[in-house]
Amino acid sequence: MKIVAICGAGVGTSGILKVNAERALARLDIEAEVTAADVGSVAIAAADAQVILTSPEFVERLGKTNADVIVVQNYFDVDELTAKLEGALG
Amino acid sequence: MLTLPDSAILLGRDARDWRGAVLLAGEALEAAGLTEPEYGPRMVSMVEEFGAYIVIAPGLALAHARPGPDVLHSGMAVVTLAEPVVFGHPYNDPVSVVIGLAVITADEHVGGIAELANVFNDPTAIERLANAGSIADVRALFRGSE
Repeated sequence: MKIVAICGAGVGTSGILKVNAERALARLDIEAEVTAADVGSVAIAAADAQVILTSPEFVERLGKTNADVIVVQNYFDVDELTAKLEGALG
Repeated sequence: MLTLPDSAILLGRDARDWRGAVLLAGEALEAAGLTEPEYGPRMVSMVEEFGAYIVIAPGLALAHARPGPDVLHSGMAVVTLAEPVVFGHPYNDPVSVVIGLAVITADEHVGGIAELANVFNDPTAIERLANAGSIADVRALFRGSE
């Protein structure tokens, strides 16, 4: 299982998203590799990803993907991330 | 934790709009010797290019740009606004706390980011930070997660 967190620079916001996604996955007892990447490299970074986590601004920039795209509102809300990941993966 | 010098903490400042708020974070990073003056405008450019995605939680913007030669040391700044400003985010406006983040490389700050996440996993943290009356209040909030 591969999950990619996407933001503009690949530092900062996607890092927060990665950390909290890992916490959500631990709660769900799901093993997955979570990486952070910038939107410019999404085609490569997410080529074999099952899930892309990102904010509303980036959805249209993602282009074609086979991954489930999860739009996150509050990056610090592990409950929100847990519910959305459970919905996508469960 | 990423370094947060006293000189990088600005409380109750006035910003006309989101650009002003992000540039305050740039001034704070520069005042603390973490970045050169060019870094603030580079953080503004990220929002101009990609939108208000840096508003990652209700009331909080994590301003940052890519690593570059204008980053002298990795670290962060905290700016609280006397009056919140709108960034144009669909869910999380208006913003009263701006965290400015500057890193030398994309990977070496992962531990610091995890600690930052710890602080704000507490749903009351943003409001408490917005209302912080002193540098000591800010420090207590960040220490509380350690």
